[in-house]
Amino acid sequence: MLRGILGKTIRLLGYTLQYGCIAHCAFEYVGGVVMCSGPSMEPTIQNSDIVFAENLSRHFYAIQRGDIIIAKSPSDPKSNICKRVIGLEGDKIFTHSPSDYLKSHSYVPRGHVWLEGDNLQNSTDSRFYGPVPYGLIRGRICLKIWPLNDFGFLRDSPNSHRFSGGGLCLPILHFLGKL
Amino acid sequence: MMLAQGFGRRYMKAFLKGFFVAVPVTVTFLDQVACVARVEGASMQPSLNPGGSHSSDVVLLNHWKVRNYEVQRGDIVSLVSPKNPEQKIIKRVIALEGDIIKTIGHKNRYVKVPRGHMWVEGDHHGHSFDSNAFGPVALGLLHAHATHILWPPERWQRLESVLPPERVPVQTEEK
Repeated sequence: MLRGILGKTIRLLGYTLQYGCIAHCAFEYVGGVVMCSGPSMEPTIQNSDIVFAENLSRHFYAIQRGDIIIAKSPSDPKSNICKRVIGLEGDKIFTHSPSDYLKSHSYVPRGHVWLEGDNLQNSTDSRFYGPVPYGLIRGRICLKIWPLNDFGFLRDSPNSHRFSGGGLCLPILHFLGKL
Repeated sequence: MMLAQGFGRRYMKAFLKGFFVAVPVTVTFLDQVACVARVEGASMQPSLNPGGSHSSDVVLLNHWKVRNYEVQRGDIVSLVSPKNPEQKIIKRVIALEGDIIKTIGHKNRYVKVPRGHMWVEGDHHGHSFDSNAFGPVALGLLHAHATHILWPPERWQRLESVLPPERVPVQTEEK
């Protein structure tokens, strides 16, 4: 009797371990469902939206300008941030606010990216904590799942004037996004 | 003839079943629990690779210990390089968040380590690409804690978490 229960328990533990490992591999190497909270990506992603994030791009170093990514927060590694990639390494970033008279800019260092939320008024991003190392990126958001009336691929940035990939200046070490 | 065919199909089924169990479990173990790695370079001499290019040490990397990003000053850790995300580097933790450290060759003489970051240095000062070059690194880049040297056999040892006395932070934040 006891041996039967013990056998069943061990089998249950074995299955839990096996499916846990499969789930871990799926999330780490393929993708998973994520719920976003906070106002910093409005109107593209609202508070409590559910999105699908794929983790293949970061393993192949194929993250590009304009992608919305999930990364570990530079000031707290246990929490995640969800922002848009504005600049890759070597890109010129304008760090002034529209009201400044002097236009100041800086270059994104090697191995880093510049992140900004779509809701520029209400977003703590690279304008506050500086460029973020590429190694902190966890995945790229490719699809919104909930709410259903907004299902589908994500819109482009409403702030495309912040992107400097155009003819203004050529990024120096730009191959990170091109594979 | 029919018996051999049935046996072949059963064998294939057992093989696939074993494959789909073994691969995820092994990959999860190597990602989350522990793995081994060969150390290259001279930035951690004399603790690691004292023989230079003659023989490379192989160390045991313990992921489980750093799953909550808890490290102590003096630990030898591996982390994703902030300048090249395809590379992992192995260094010693010198200071944690809130500490004020006196730097060697950094653009600022004294640096206060920001929240969520740490200061790492190689033991071989001057031959090490570490925080003195790229500043404090985010704890999120932490990969594993190097606990033992496994190869060559004459260098089997436990790596001690000792902070060199001349590199003790000027001021530490009491938790």
